[in-house]
Amino acid sequence: MTIRTSTLPGLPGPPGVLPVPNRKAIEYALLIGAALDCEIAPSSIFHRKNYFYPDNPKAYQITQFDIPICGNGRLGEVRINRAHLEEDAAKMIHVGESGRIQGSDSSMVDFNRGGTPLVEIVTEPDLTSGAQVREWGQLLRATVKELGVSDVNMEEGSLRCDANVSVRPVGSRTLGTKTEMKNMNSFRYIERGIEAEIARQKELIGSGGRVVQETLHFDPSTGELHSLRSKEESHDYRYMPEPDLVAIIPTEAMLKAAQDALPELPAARAARYRDDLGVQDSAALLLSFETEWAEFFEGVVAHDSSIEPRVAANWVTGEFAAELRKQGDQPLAEAKVSPDQLGSLVSMVAGKRISHSSGKSVLETMVADGADPVAVVEAQGLEQISDSGELETIVKAAIENNPKPAEQVRSGNEKAIGALVGAVMKETKGRADGGEVTRLLRQHLGL
Amino acid sequence: MAETELLAATAAETAALIEGGQVSREECLSAWLERTAADDLNGYLWRADAESAVGTVDQDAGGPIAGVPLAIKDIFCTAGVPTTAASKILEGYRPPYDATAVARLASAGVPMLGKTNMDEFAMGSSNENSAYGPALNPWDRSRVPGGSSGGSAAVVAAGLAPWALGTDTGGSVRQPAAFCGVVGLKPTYGSISRYGMIAFASSLDQCGPITQDVTDAAMLLARLEGRDEMDSTSTGIEGGVVLPLAEDLKGLKFGIPADLVDEGVDPGVKAVFDRTVERIETLGGKVEMIELPHAKHGISAYYVLAPAEASTNLSRYDGVRYGQRASDKDLGSMYEDTRGDYFGPEVKRRIMLGTYALSSGYYDAYYGRAQRVRTKIVHDFDAAFSKVDFVITPTSSSVAFGLGEKTSDPLTMYMADLFTVPMSLAGIPAISIPAGMAAPEGGGEGAGGDMPVGFQIAAPAFGEQKLLEASFALEKAIDFDGGGGRI
Repeated sequence: MTIRTSTLPGLPGPPGVLPVPNRKAIEYALLIGAALDCEIAPSSIFHRKNYFYPDNPKAYQITQFDIPICGNGRLGEVRINRAHLEEDAAKMIHVGESGRIQGSDSSMVDFNRGGTPLVEIVTEPDLTSGAQVREWGQLLRATVKELGVSDVNMEEGSLRCDANVSVRPVGSRTLGTKTEMKNMNSFRYIERGIEAEIARQKELIGSGGRVVQETLHFDPSTGELHSLRSKEESHDYRYMPEPDLVAIIPTEAMLKAAQDALPELPAARAARYRDDLGVQDSAALLLSFETEWAEFFEGVVAHDSSIEPRVAANWVTGEFAAELRKQGDQPLAEAKVSPDQLGSLVSMVAGKRISHSSGKSVLETMVADGADPVAVVEAQGLEQISDSGELETIVKAAIENNPKPAEQVRSGNEKAIGALVGAVMKETKGRADGGEVTRLLRQHLGL
Repeated sequence: MAETELLAATAAETAALIEGGQVSREECLSAWLERTAADDLNGYLWRADAESAVGTVDQDAGGPIAGVPLAIKDIFCTAGVPTTAASKILEGYRPPYDATAVARLASAGVPMLGKTNMDEFAMGSSNENSAYGPALNPWDRSRVPGGSSGGSAAVVAAGLAPWALGTDTGGSVRQPAAFCGVVGLKPTYGSISRYGMIAFASSLDQCGPITQDVTDAAMLLARLEGRDEMDSTSTGIEGGVVLPLAEDLKGLKFGIPADLVDEGVDPGVKAVFDRTVERIETLGGKVEMIELPHAKHGISAYYVLAPAEASTNLSRYDGVRYGQRASDKDLGSMYEDTRGDYFGPEVKRRIMLGTYALSSGYYDAYYGRAQRVRTKIVHDFDAAFSKVDFVITPTSSSVAFGLGEKTSDPLTMYMADLFTVPMSLAGIPAISIPAGMAAPEGGGEGAGGDMPVGFQIAAPAFGEQKLLEASFALEKAIDFDGGGGRI
């Protein structure tokens, strides 16, 4: 058991301690504000949100209430209402069947994350389906990750999501009564939870019922929604300006630093891959949303100038990603293949030194043991037959040895040529270029 | 040297004795530790021994105040030393760290004589809200020493400490200083770090010295003030503070807020006030009537704002992590029983007042309106200080009242802060110096006799040096004899 590995004596709120603002957290909030195209408040303040619960040793959370540091932004097609700074609560572990503090045998408080700064980003009601929430959520996660302000890991809780859901008749501009789903820890669950709640609300209203404002829990294992409403949780938070902290008044220099520090964000990168590099749309999105994949891809392209980005993107997101999955679901960070090595492989395939199918088998070896592709090609003799005289001899032999398909092709059944191509490939152990083989076969069959 | 001479010395004189080699730091400390054992005023809640007195003290520190021991109000966290804020809920609690004010003095070589009595969580004007019984006024033990820093004022007046630390939220340094015939200074909000000072009302709380004279107050403030990274509201005093030397008040203007002072001041207190005003004029100062039109609403605003802040500041005393826990049946009972059993009645009253004032639907009517009154009072003082250098009032409308005299009527008790609260709301510095003696209204019981009267002088924010200079000159002219308080 680890005890208080990350807390200072001050954090569990003993008498007399005071909060002080975390400069880095404010800089990060400004960076997020810049990335989300927000207006930055010239002066924002903190409030106390009062509630009794052991996850907060002061019995109030320091948060921002009426004046958040960032407001009125946008990411993609979704408007951002606000992004504000607050402190995180401690983590509670409840022992017993209930899994909640009511009815638990005992409860433990892990203060290690208590008091650490977090940014809460609130959207306008611009998202209309579970799938859209998932996609936009992934864009937001990728954007924040790119900023380097958080590792945005939903399982570890460094990214959490509450979803508010309401439905309204087609054409109506008035939002219906909303419900809230709290603390969902994967985008897949969020998508399913939202779809389930939309369905529930539609059915309820359709049968003459009324949606009650409440907090819900979505159980991904059963697909069911449970109400978390209980008397204990109906709070009056008694918000009060936090007298222990002064207002945040960002200087021009701080605002400029945030703008200057903005990296290329995923949405812009996807557009660049697609529009400037000719990468297919789906591959461009896949690469842009994961910084490490984008970096890997750019490393592959950088291997040599003959590599077409579109081809490299297909190798990275297609064969390579599939091979990593096949071989024990390896994360990219742990892959034994370097971008340069994959670049070398792609280059050999593109330059027709090896066939595409040889390339795939070389990649399998590379992913398995980190082997150098050039060495593998040489060791296994996979280099394509580039001497057309040698290939021509083999083609002629294939026609002679396979009179039946040869005759079929001559009499107009062009599909039968596959059998002859296969024979050539078998003879050359795949070292022949398929296009060249077909061309020679057609020539010698008089087509 | 004779011990009686040492124990009769002011802090500055003691520092000079140490500096001149007439007494060693060790001799000085041991004489004072022995002296504190004579406390029969319930002034100390905890007294140090030779070891704990120097626990975190840098005993090799040089500097002007090294070796002059100090009494510390029990609201300051002291590492490893019991710190209760005079509440049962913190009985047995020993903080893991020193408050910044304490640490600054420890690093200046100042030993700690003990922790002094106070109103529970600094809520009170008589020390009668201490969970450990009231401290007594050394001039007349049937009377209160004032509050909330009553223990600190009592031990300094009684000669049980050369000087002491107090805290002032609405008058908690100045009013007990006045009741006990000593000097109490509330500096500008932000001058001294609040880190490690158990919070009552964070936007008002300020540490302040309680001393035998103005020179000592300046000496202590000089060491205490300063920006502290652990308190984002702390600023220090630009240019620092030096010992005052002024001999007259020539060219200085003093304003009396007529609308405030006309309200129910006891005749004896009024007479001392008037005499002091004449002294100011004798010293070359000009005195005129001014207006602080909203100051009389200060008490109303204060008793919304301070309890509101207190209600959230005191929420952390829930039995979960430290201090007392009344039950552990379940979470709700633990909270309710712990807070129900271990908070005193005045603390509970203010938590309820404050909780109500912050409740959804009432916030604007109470907290919001009180904030607006506070802003108006700030503007009142701004306007006043464009005409005069200082605002002067009696520190309190009466001398020390009798024990139990006001406990049944909280509102009357709250009015004891009428003259001190406006300065707290405005965040400006104010000092109370003893100005004379007056007979208690209605004669008073017990030992009887006249009691000390305090004179309050307030200055613009960060005007501490000017305030100390004027107080120093006036103090010399008054020549108050505090001997009657010594035990």
